[in-house]
Amino acid sequence: MRPVPQSESLSERVERLELPFNEYGVDPYGISKKHLKLALEFFAFLYRNYFRVRCTGVQHIPKKGRGMLVGNHSGGVAVDGMMVLTSTMLEMDPPRLAQGMVERFIHKFPVASLWASRTGQFTGLPEHAVRLLEDDRLLMIFPEGARGTAKLYPDRYSLVDFGTGFIRLALQTRSPIIPFAFLGGGAAIPTVTNAYALGKLLGVPYVPLTPYLLPLPLPIGLEIHYGEPLVFEGTGDEEDHVIQGYVDQVKASIQRLIEDNRAERNLRRARRLLP
Amino acid sequence: MRVLIAGISGGIARRLALKLRDSGHEVAGIDIRPWRDAPKGIEVHPVDIRKRAAEDLFRRWKPEAVIHMATVTAFTVQGHERGRINLDGTKALFDHCAAHGVKQVLFVGRHTFYGAAPDSPLYHSEDEPPRALEAIPELADLVAADLYAATALWRMPDVTTAVLRLVYTLGTPGTGTLANLLRGKRVPMVLGYDPLFHVLQEEDVVTALQLALEKQVRGIFNVAGPAPVPLSVIIKGTGRTPVPLPSPLFSVLMGRAGFPRLSVGATDHLRYPIVVDNKRFLEATGFQATYDEGRILRAYADALPVDRAGNGG
Repeated sequence: MRPVPQSESLSERVERLELPFNEYGVDPYGISKKHLKLALEFFAFLYRNYFRVRCTGVQHIPKKGRGMLVGNHSGGVAVDGMMVLTSTMLEMDPPRLAQGMVERFIHKFPVASLWASRTGQFTGLPEHAVRLLEDDRLLMIFPEGARGTAKLYPDRYSLVDFGTGFIRLALQTRSPIIPFAFLGGGAAIPTVTNAYALGKLLGVPYVPLTPYLLPLPLPIGLEIHYGEPLVFEGTGDEEDHVIQGYVDQVKASIQRLIEDNRAERNLRRARRLLP
Repeated sequence: MRVLIAGISGGIARRLALKLRDSGHEVAGIDIRPWRDAPKGIEVHPVDIRKRAAEDLFRRWKPEAVIHMATVTAFTVQGHERGRINLDGTKALFDHCAAHGVKQVLFVGRHTFYGAAPDSPLYHSEDEPPRALEAIPELADLVAADLYAATALWRMPDVTTAVLRLVYTLGTPGTGTLANLLRGKRVPMVLGYDPLFHVLQEEDVVTALQLALEKQVRGIFNVAGPAPVPLSVIIKGTGRTPVPLPSPLFSVLMGRAGFPRLSVGATDHLRYPIVVDNKRFLEATGFQATYDEGRILRAYADALPVDRAGNGG
């Protein structure tokens, strides 16, 4: 694992982002240096001290140019997205900003809408994804969608059905897919049930409930493992069965990353317990 | 080229008329509002586009190109009259163009056509439908006028028609929708939101319109300048103070306590951005804005400092 660079301040890392910020520190999408710095202060604390995130394989993420980080959802709330974003900001040299394709409901809420926009997290619309990739940005995609965050504790390492839009997008924009596995989110937020009626009342898909009711994450060690890039040839207009074949390859790659790293984690734990 | 400008007494239309005249075009205009001391070489006719006198002018003066800038917003004209000006006026203008051999029409529309919504794309392309119709009732007649103008692309194939959807203009006279919002010392925002706004300096608007005319562009085009900036940046950059108000309080305070009067639908636009992709216009005309966002805001702050603004708060 690469050491997390501690010598450089978080503010300096934001300054080193290769985004076209104007004199007000805002890029053409409204991403703001000021908001990024504040968000990163908070996320970096969680990343380093609370979740003690272990991250491998960042060398697979392109240092420049377009790319799609595609991984599994883990945890009832967006802890996975936050930590993936933090990993590309802290572990990469130069740092890069991963821009998430978020659920539509986020932008209906005050404050959440503002912070999501200012940190580059936009509604998951094809128009946004195409434009960002053509602008050589780094996209973060969870193809399981909201169903992925709804996984209960016993299913925390399983993968639900993937959407297929992300593959057509990758082909259309000739973007490499960097698969990643996110481990530990399901244990940090051990969902025992999802309250759909309460969610409807609040204007969200559902509210994950834990044994201690609120979906507040526990200080569990999290892991992010990036795999080797997958590049598919095509135009994006291929038949459904061709696209589904590519989706299955990405899904298998993520599943493999999950299983391999779970096994390794169990081994590490066993070694620690040995006298 | 003989160019007729409908709505010539507006701030930007006057500057456009002068620039076109200085570039060697013959310029005339119609407007029910006066343009006192109109300069030599620019004929101004105080007629209503919907009345017979306007058609007489088309018949007599035989314009080769017409620029339609005679539409109004809910800030300037209320009620049914606004609909009549925007819709009946636009229809009358295109009828006169068809009847009297006009070769080219520029319809100057607005980017608010696309409406503001939490789930719409950040950058709107010309191919998108108008969401302002459902969200902002005060814009319905402007949207309808825009759509009507666009039908000329297939109804009148012999006329080179361009529908230009312009972003907010900000300039020295301090007129226009955004300028009205920024007029006072304190500018309201909706608490928890800070949408991106697209602004273009008035001189650049004039350049863009002249280019569209001279390059004889055909089709629908978004016209924008520098990249959009958050509303809070615009407010602070023009020397004003942003006042975030909780949503329920917002509508109560509008038009009171020194805050500007806003239309009902405008509050959505203070939550969600309307920004546009102007790639098509840039490719068709080679337009390049000379004012970046910083220069636009500083120029406005210098031209209209808070202590000189109308209702300085």
